[in-house]
Amino acid sequence: MELHQKLEILADAAKYDASCASSGAARKDSRGSKGVGSTGGSGICHSYAPDGRCISLLKVLLTNACLYDCHYCINRRSSNVQRARFTPDEVVQLTLDFYKRNYIEGLFLSSGIIRSADYTMELVVDVARKLREEHHFRGYIHLKTIPEASPSLIELAGRYADRISINIELPTQEGLTKLAPEKNLARTQLAMDHIRNKIDERHADKRKPDAPKPPPFATGQSTQMLVGADDSTDAVILRRADLLYGDYRLRRVYYSGFSPIPEPSLLLPIKPPPLVREHRLYQADWLLRFYGFTVGEITTEASPNLDLHLDPKLAWALRNRAVFPADVNKASRESLLRVPGLGVRNVNRILSARRYTRLRLADLLRLRVPMKKVMPFIIAADHNPARLGLDDEALRARFLPPPRQAELDFEMPMAAPSDIDSVRTGEM
Amino acid sequence: MRTVVIEPVFEAWRESARELLSLRVPPSEVLWSDDAREPALFAPANENLPRAVVPNVPASFLDMARSVAAHTDVRRWSVLYRVLWRLTHGDERNLLAISPDPDTRQLQQWCKAIGRDIHKMHAFVRFRLVGKDEITGREQFVAWFEPEYRIVRLAAGFFEKRFAGMDWSILTPHECVHWDGSAIHFTPGVSRSAVPDDDALDELWRTYYRSIFNPVRLKVRAMQAEMPKKYWKNLPEASIISELIAESGGRVDKMLTTESRPAKPAPKNAYLESLRKMNTPQPPSDAPSNEP
Repeated sequence: MELHQKLEILADAAKYDASCASSGAARKDSRGSKGVGSTGGSGICHSYAPDGRCISLLKVLLTNACLYDCHYCINRRSSNVQRARFTPDEVVQLTLDFYKRNYIEGLFLSSGIIRSADYTMELVVDVARKLREEHHFRGYIHLKTIPEASPSLIELAGRYADRISINIELPTQEGLTKLAPEKNLARTQLAMDHIRNKIDERHADKRKPDAPKPPPFATGQSTQMLVGADDSTDAVILRRADLLYGDYRLRRVYYSGFSPIPEPSLLLPIKPPPLVREHRLYQADWLLRFYGFTVGEITTEASPNLDLHLDPKLAWALRNRAVFPADVNKASRESLLRVPGLGVRNVNRILSARRYTRLRLADLLRLRVPMKKVMPFIIAADHNPARLGLDDEALRARFLPPPRQAELDFEMPMAAPSDIDSVRTGEM
Repeated sequence: MRTVVIEPVFEAWRESARELLSLRVPPSEVLWSDDAREPALFAPANENLPRAVVPNVPASFLDMARSVAAHTDVRRWSVLYRVLWRLTHGDERNLLAISPDPDTRQLQQWCKAIGRDIHKMHAFVRFRLVGKDEITGREQFVAWFEPEYRIVRLAAGFFEKRFAGMDWSILTPHECVHWDGSAIHFTPGVSRSAVPDDDALDELWRTYYRSIFNPVRLKVRAMQAEMPKKYWKNLPEASIISELIAESGGRVDKMLTTESRPAKPAPKNAYLESLRKMNTPQPPSDAPSNEP
């Protein structure tokens, strides 16, 4: 099979993995070496596909042949998809060729599981080893690891990679048992725990002044959860994510709306991907990580799923009117972060500016704060929302999209400029 | 009122601003304008001039000024000088901490535009392989790029760090930058024709671009927000964007009408067998029973 055709099959097989991050690696570069590559600082999106997703890495599978039968996956053994397999050298050469043309800033390598977890993992690690040791490649490498692979292989993967990840896929064991019978939640979390300990160890060694430089190890791990493949509520998904962030210190949890695949399974009939839901989960995820919210505040027992019409911070604020308004000239950082429409950056600007001046609405407007959204929830030097005189119902109605549009939004939401901004910066 | 005409680079503005400041000329009395002549590259700063007072300003202001200088807005020199004046003579040492201030905000916005332009240059430059140095054996690459502002110098360090192991040139209409393995140097701008149109790898790259796109999630506006059309003419993958968009509806329809496949029985495989054993919970043999 020609390289062209292999690339076509093995990139197609990899595209359902949402992760594209290439940030947060240790600082390194190619100066003084024969090779190419640099990492550190924020990641670069070298291109965008018409699905709006960033392309920063060469994301391929080593092979799409697979022993597992995960029903949401195009590569499961029951699928009739055409199979292909790269040799490690082919992936190495593609990575270098693409990198030198500045198409990409690294490699994201994953693989279907063939023969056994260890056999597969060895092949994946071999690609990374060749890039690093034979070609002096200092670009970004993300390796997908298999929880059942032996710890020594996972450690080796971590030595060559900037990031390693294991996909948890579904938030509960019941979901996995039904849809991914070979996978096991406890084993996945055990492997994540092992990786977390290696990352911590390396970090601790680096801080000992007299110790020899510790061998490199990935600076972070991430995972992906499918949304809409099983019947888990948003509360279940977010509680799992929160646990992963807390117990295993994941850098990122990616949420991937279950998307129709060309080889659907009888167990999992196809339907349009829940894109709005996926977007709301990302917003909620940001609230957990950067805005001081807890899962119990974002979803409630009465409504375990996120409101598709309103962003989760606004929905929370409408449920908790009593804590507002917040005075932009006096309120604490924590309170300001909870104001709908104020992102982390603008909260920082407000805190810095108010030491020297009293903020008025015109000042906020200059910071490009979305005024319509913010005004009912804040007090400024020349503004008090009491005058707006809105009761709860009227206020909620004010933020709902016009009813006709809502239907359209479910299937294929058109991204508003503010949504695009929000996806990029995570601010809301 | 006095008019100050400067070469449109940070160093020239700094020189004039220091002088005006030491003469205590308030910003309302200066009109700034760009010298329309092509900037003489590498014209060494005249070191014989008596050094004007070096004003004591926050380092962050100098960083901002360096960045803002690369912008093309005609007002940038006067806003920079007004902020400098306010920092030093206006008793507003904390001006830069006040983002809502119109001058501070304006500088921040210019910096943001420059930062974005630099970021897009790092992302969208596409190198073409043009040969191999016969003596050193190093591969030689050339790229053509059209930045919106005069950012080549601000953006160059990144390429040096990332592509140290190959020789490269990035050509732009304003200024070109070159790396030969030992030093970065700059030459005047050139025209598009100096760079080959394509690279043997472009077709393979388009194959990747086509395959990584998920037609089920078509979001053209989200793509264009990050990759505006003005960049498309120099991106090899952009030539197939319209085709991908046009095909996507049909591809999705085909998926939605594909018949679902039943699960195949598991093959005989020792590893799968061991997984199955691990996945079947085994009751602990000597644990106390829960039965009453």
